[in-house]
Amino acid sequence: MSRALMKDGRPRSTFSIVTMSILALLWTIPTIGLLVTSFRTRDDAASSGWWTALFNPFSANWTTSNYSGAWTGADLGSGFINSIVVAIPATVIPIMFAAFAAYAFTFMEFPFKEFFFLLIIAVMVVPIQVAFQPMLNILGPRGLGISGQYIAVWLLHTGFGMPLCIYTLRNYMSTLPRSIVESAKIDGCSHYQTFWRLVVPMSIPAIAAFATLQFLWVWNDLLIAKLFLNSSNTTVIVKLQQLLGTQGQGAELLTAGAFISMIVPMLVFFALQRFMVRGLTSGAVKG
Amino acid sequence: MTADTSTVRSRGRARSDDPEKSLRANPAKILIGIVGMVVIVWFLANLFLAFGYHPEWFGNKIVIAILAIIGGVGGAALLFFFLNMFIEGLPSRLSQGAIPYAFILPGLFFVGLMLIYPTFQTINYSFANADSTAYVGLANYKTIFGDPEFWQSILNNVLWLLIVPAVVVAFGVIVAVLSDKLSANGEKASKSLIFLPMAISFVGATAIWGLVYAYNNPGQTQTGLLNAIWTAFGGQPQTWLQIETAKLNSILLMVILIWLQVGFAMVLLSSAIKGVPEDTIEAARIDGAGEFQIFWQVVIPQIKGTIITVFVTVFILVLKVFDIVYVSTNGAYNTNVIANLFFNKLFAASQAGQATAIVVVLLIAVIPLIWYQIKHFRDEEANR
Repeated sequence: MSRALMKDGRPRSTFSIVTMSILALLWTIPTIGLLVTSFRTRDDAASSGWWTALFNPFSANWTTSNYSGAWTGADLGSGFINSIVVAIPATVIPIMFAAFAAYAFTFMEFPFKEFFFLLIIAVMVVPIQVAFQPMLNILGPRGLGISGQYIAVWLLHTGFGMPLCIYTLRNYMSTLPRSIVESAKIDGCSHYQTFWRLVVPMSIPAIAAFATLQFLWVWNDLLIAKLFLNSSNTTVIVKLQQLLGTQGQGAELLTAGAFISMIVPMLVFFALQRFMVRGLTSGAVKG
Repeated sequence: MTADTSTVRSRGRARSDDPEKSLRANPAKILIGIVGMVVIVWFLANLFLAFGYHPEWFGNKIVIAILAIIGGVGGAALLFFFLNMFIEGLPSRLSQGAIPYAFILPGLFFVGLMLIYPTFQTINYSFANADSTAYVGLANYKTIFGDPEFWQSILNNVLWLLIVPAVVVAFGVIVAVLSDKLSANGEKASKSLIFLPMAISFVGATAIWGLVYAYNNPGQTQTGLLNAIWTAFGGQPQTWLQIETAKLNSILLMVILIWLQVGFAMVLLSSAIKGVPEDTIEAARIDGAGEFQIFWQVVIPQIKGTIITVFVTVFILVLKVFDIVYVSTNGAYNTNVIANLFFNKLFAASQAGQATAIVVVLLIAVIPLIWYQIKHFRDEEANR
């Protein structure tokens, strides 16, 4: 066993290096398999495992036709655009509403404050399945008639993301120095001004953290999109789920389709990983 | 609390600066506020109805997309602007009392509409017929309790709940502890790779693992990773997700969720482990404790709170696990779970009564968790 030291002076742990390498490899292999398969021809993918292509990259038949097939043929392209249209407002709107509420819960005193906040905490755990039949009635043809449109899904994601967003932002805002808000008030700022000019800029780290998580949740959601969007507005995740059901003809599009649905979350992940970590460590439980 | 008294004091001071303003209402602001809110709602409603019924007015999808984003986000911002104008127009005594509610009520309105009202309505519907138009008493409950599929789903859900959270926490602890001993770069890289699945959807993950569990007829080359390894050791190729013996298929589906969630557990536990004071570990080391003893008797007790948090979070997630089962087997081969049974009753079978009755069962299951959440919050506030 080596007792060599690392640069920072801690002892090098061979056991940790070996175990972590194995775990990291185990966690990565399935995704690599998907990525490699998505670039193989249908016949290749059906006749040999993806790892053979990886070990003999020059004798394999690489192709990008799966991607063009999935994008246009399986219509994942329009699903992709729909996902963007669904995800951006469904991320921004709940944050706007929740930030106001979090401000009030942090810096204002009013009757029933604790009751309202405990309510928020309680509904964080309530399964969103409770909402479906009542909301199908309210938003559907028997009610407002907007079920199937983007706005229905925005409203639902706003409602479902709200408790957690209020809770996370309030936790963060209560770490801000109260004296700043107090002195703004003495200087004659209204709550509305204090909120926009002081508290929102100072809360940007928490807002970014929650936004990252909410965006991923909305993008990756299957249940709400499947129930509340019509087929021309539906998201890339629902399109992928429909592809998963196909056998035989078109099955080779699945791997490319899966990767198309993962590109945006992956970019978000690599660009905003530290925000994700911060969001998760701020005590996030989603109902 | 000192903060409360200072709020009152400063509010009094601000008021004494400008005594007239605190008395008078500002009708112009009230009017503009109300008209503004009505116009925004009317305009947005029509815009979205136009998207739905006359998409040809807008040319193509991209135009609709951009307009929808601007309309949705901008509309919400303007709504708040006019609401605030309305409140500020009220006489100050009224407005001082109303401002907190103007800030929280729009948010609470959504919570009330999407979560609280539906909870009671769902309980109500669970006593009604398939399209929620007439009451049928306890018939839905009799039907679901008499359905073997329901009990099978409950059993599977219990298995998921027993296995997944515990395994996720265990892996999370292992990864967090071991990566803490790596060099800075090694730690960052290995954690990123294990964290990455967090960004992948359940549907995408099922597609990824579908390749691992793939099956080809005996004699053909196995393209699924698991079958390739299995046959390399001399086994017969298996259709893994159809094997009900020892619940193997359910366990293989659990693997997908574990793969997705370990990153989350690791992130929380890792930051907890880094918060363990070095001197407590050093002291134990000086007392002659081995690495293993230090881990169990010094580190674990200090991160217990985080372990419980991770466990509860994953537990809540597993309670509602749906996508993985729906996409892979849709409950066939005895893999059904409650949330998938609910979805199929609601969506495929159009049995809203039975579907809502199933949700009520789920609701009863989360009541202890609600109690735990509130208790946990109270404890945290007390320590603040």
